[in-house]
Amino acid sequence: MSAVLADMPKSDVSKTVAPATTKAIAPSKGGRPWTFYVLAALFAFYVIALYGPMFCIYILSFQDIRGGLVFPMKGHSLHWFVDLFTQVRTGDVKGSFDRSIKLAVIVTVITVVVSFFAGLGFRKRFRGDTFVFYMMIGSLVAPGLVLGLGTGLLFQALGLNASWYTSALGAQLSWTLPFGVLVMFAVMSRFNHVWEEAAYDLGASRWQSIRLVMIPVLAPGLVAVALFGFTLSYDEFARSLQTAGSLNTLPLEIWSMTLNVTSPSLYALGTVTTIVSFVVIGASLGTIVLIQKRRGSATKG
Amino acid sequence: MQSSQTPPRANLAGWLYVAPLVLVLVPFFVAPILVVLAASFFATDGFGGLTPGFTLASYVEVLHSALTLKLYLATIKFTVLTWIFTLIIGFFVAYFLVFHVRNQLLAIGLFLLCTVPFWTSNIIRMISWIPLLGKEGLINQALLGMGVIRQPLEVLLFSDLAVVIAYVHQLTIFMIVPIFNSMARIDKKLIEAAIDAGASRFDIMRLIVVPMSKSGIALGTIFVVSIVMGDFFVVKVMSGGGSASVVSAFYEDVGVLQYPTAAASAVLLTLVLVAIVSLILRTVDIRQEITR
Repeated sequence: MSAVLADMPKSDVSKTVAPATTKAIAPSKGGRPWTFYVLAALFAFYVIALYGPMFCIYILSFQDIRGGLVFPMKGHSLHWFVDLFTQVRTGDVKGSFDRSIKLAVIVTVITVVVSFFAGLGFRKRFRGDTFVFYMMIGSLVAPGLVLGLGTGLLFQALGLNASWYTSALGAQLSWTLPFGVLVMFAVMSRFNHVWEEAAYDLGASRWQSIRLVMIPVLAPGLVAVALFGFTLSYDEFARSLQTAGSLNTLPLEIWSMTLNVTSPSLYALGTVTTIVSFVVIGASLGTIVLIQKRRGSATKG
Repeated sequence: MQSSQTPPRANLAGWLYVAPLVLVLVPFFVAPILVVLAASFFATDGFGGLTPGFTLASYVEVLHSALTLKLYLATIKFTVLTWIFTLIIGFFVAYFLVFHVRNQLLAIGLFLLCTVPFWTSNIIRMISWIPLLGKEGLINQALLGMGVIRQPLEVLLFSDLAVVIAYVHQLTIFMIVPIFNSMARIDKKLIEAAIDAGASRFDIMRLIVVPMSKSGIALGTIFVVSIVMGDFFVVKVMSGGGSASVVSAFYEDVGVLQYPTAAASAVLLTLVLVAIVSLILRTVDIRQEITR
């Protein structure tokens, strides 16, 4: 995903090739081949199927007190949102919401820093790098519930209490870090070594070249890493289940609600948590676009 | 490998850079796996207490149970179905974006449109099928309204169909992204040359696009297969308890504190997963692919 984000400024390169190519793929003088319409229909269907159900529950969460789990809409009000944050039977939504945000922020900071340095490390080969790489891939594909149970048992064996800011934090990092490092790979592959070497030639120390050259140049990529860190942690479920201890994070709260709450407050929670995700996604993508734009005008001016 | 010739200084610098990563992965990936492995050889008192020791009893129990075979068959069924659908949809969506959308910026915008739900909650996206697939859901209402069916279809929700729909809904993105990336790297001149040489559009697809997207397909397959095989909540919720997979059975075992059997089953599953992933990795050098 981020690879494409990082591609944005480069789009002019492929643009130069594009006109000839489209002509070649669609030889009938700029007209679209029939496959275009078939695939466009497939794409539209995919996007509708992707977003349609989500929007259904957002709409249904705004019903009034008579509301049920299916259409048709029964009135409209904010009843179920109020219900969500005031009723005890739906669980500790407020507290878990609070914990999830805090945890996601901690995970984001650690993910960005650790992934950044790992990205720097993996640029050059070193003895044992393949081992570290496959350890990371293993952490990515291992069943989350199994890892979570292992972490839980480990804490138990060491006599430590499992809690959201210790065991669950670590369990979530085992999920967000591989993503962060993979994104860094994509970002780093577009970094020109010449800039770094120029910094050294001008007498910069290693730390100065990182702080004054690499971080500013890689900023959009780092924002993408942060986006992954935050959203993957904020929505993480399988690895937190056995590691969060006595206090739930938000996805765990949603999970217990799916098993025993059959009112639209479940949908209201879905709407609230998705709004948070959308705000984070929007802010991240906005920041990336802003940085790219500034750069574009800086090089032109 | 060239690493054997790297100077010791470079080795040290490399390890210093990845040290934080290793410091997280060792306690939270390597150690938990070893704990689960150890637990699979332990005996249990039946109340969650583990007695250190070495017994293969859990493995014997898991391997002798008829349920195990059933669980694996169900898991494989879900995995294969999900893989087929995500691959077909993912491949053609990526193909459409790379080769049919002429405006580069529009293509990136549409691509982001596909990826946004990835950054939202899986559970919420899963339960959002309830108002559509339910007995009184939109699809049943529409079909009844059109007179296609007289009785509402019960197989839509809380069935294997619903499980596969939820998987495909969540995981197609894992196919689109890597396939999109490998397709975007195909030099368009190659396709022009093929056309000049008289290739049909089907030939181009068969001889250029598919072979050159192989690495993307392999990467996507690793993601989809490992997530479906490691999942339990989609199966649990969307099948309405009617179906089970290896990990959902693991979840039930943990719920009743049957740690050793759960651990043994997890170890077996991990071995199966490792076998599948390394088989896929033989066809593609994932590291070279990602770092390129």
